[in-house]
Amino acid sequence: MIGMDEKLSFFKDGVRLDGRRSDELRPIKIEVGVLARADGSCYMEMGDNRVIAAVYGPREVHPRHLQEVTRAIVRYRYNMASFSVEERKRPGPDRRSNEVSKVSREALEPVVLTSYFPKSVVDIFVEVLQADAGTRTAGINAASVALADAGIPMKSLISSCAAGKVDGEIVLDPMKIEDNLGEADVPIAMTPGGDITLLQMDGRLTKDELKRAVDLAKAGCRQIYEIQRKVLVDRYSHMEPEICDEAVAMAGEEI
Amino acid sequence: MAEIRKDYLYHLVLKGERADGRRFDEYRDIVLETGLIRKADGSALVKLGKTQVMVGVKIQPGEPFSDTPNKGVIITNAELVPLASPSFEPGPPNEVGIELARVVDRGVRESGAIDLEALCITTGEKVWIIFIDVHILDDCGNLMDASSLGAIAALMTAKVPAAQYGLGEDYPLPVKDVPVATTAVEFGDAIIFDPDTDEESVADTKLTVITTADGSICGMQKSGPGSISQDAIHRIVDIACERAKEIREKFLEV
Repeated sequence: MIGMDEKLSFFKDGVRLDGRRSDELRPIKIEVGVLARADGSCYMEMGDNRVIAAVYGPREVHPRHLQEVTRAIVRYRYNMASFSVEERKRPGPDRRSNEVSKVSREALEPVVLTSYFPKSVVDIFVEVLQADAGTRTAGINAASVALADAGIPMKSLISSCAAGKVDGEIVLDPMKIEDNLGEADVPIAMTPGGDITLLQMDGRLTKDELKRAVDLAKAGCRQIYEIQRKVLVDRYSHMEPEICDEAVAMAGEEI
Repeated sequence: MAEIRKDYLYHLVLKGERADGRRFDEYRDIVLETGLIRKADGSALVKLGKTQVMVGVKIQPGEPFSDTPNKGVIITNAELVPLASPSFEPGPPNEVGIELARVVDRGVRESGAIDLEALCITTGEKVWIIFIDVHILDDCGNLMDASSLGAIAALMTAKVPAAQYGLGEDYPLPVKDVPVATTAVEFGDAIIFDPDTDEESVADTKLTVITTADGSICGMQKSGPGSISQDAIHRIVDIACERAKEIREKFLEV
């Protein structure tokens, strides 16, 4: 009976196919400090996206010629697991992930206080374990939390999400089917103060629709920011006595 | 670039001026020549001020992707050859080259300029593959706009070489829309279009906006390790639409 309608409708009884309103994010889950070896790490779920971010550094730069005398450099590697998508992806970087890595790094660099660590590097690695549209935004969210977890001095966190256009309507945080068959996709990242550090767009929008999409995505970022912040506060407000205890115990041993 | 030069440029902008005397929203002179490369199926040389970009289009039959058996294929590549700048090095494309190629590709693809279904020869077996190769010759800033302009101009003058492959007579590649990319940087409160290399290195962030013939937006890219305000984005989009319209009318009228 699908044939009755010429094209698939993205709305049913005023809500989206997964039951969301047009201004609603997918469910988000963030865990901080999930990896033992990394200096900072974060696991994030955004709908069906599953990403994990690790931060190493500030550490020595290899190869050495990449060193900057006055500041730390930031590297960002976005990588998709071959099993993360419907059809197996050939492992390793391709052109898309190269571009995503570049824009994601540039989304985070404005807040990292790189001048504190001359001649060093902050490495950010993001692995996409499962992809369902919006992996670059999920990666940036996770990386921002992982940077904080690693204790890298930052001006603020960065929050990221996309807005899209489906069936002529601007929607927040498009899922796979909306992204694939929708008319436009606008991923952004921003500081809590509203400065935009990532902006991309593909598809087709009028000037007015673009404005509405950016407004909506910013509202989404603000919600994500609250979650990121809460996760970090929870983690470290609980950690504090433990760290104190540990420190006291260690101090005791030395004596 | 020397810090003193950055300071100088920055202070000029605060006074409302640019080093080469242009208005903030003024483009450098554009010279566009098409059809210079006879071996290519379409070609364009763009001079944007001193920036020079050659774009060649090759069209060949090949296999479609399995998930789009009835659609032609567009493959865009950019070569930042060492001849074009002291900062370019030989080797496979780095992330700057990849980003450039992908933004050029985004304009062509998302505007719907090329009707991919019209490029199907035999469903599932043979389609036309369009290779857009951007060759940077002289990087004096704003490669995005120069390359995008070169790509659409080369496509608009391209011929599908059907006779060569025994597939009928050659015919002009049908182009349905004319995407134009415009790039600006933000310096303090000022917004500067068509930045040259010095201006690019003073401002840490560029915004490229690609608009179509009907004035809608079909692609955007923020590039560079800085941030930009929402207000600046909308100001850039407004001016971008105007500049793109002028460029389209002057150089890309069918």
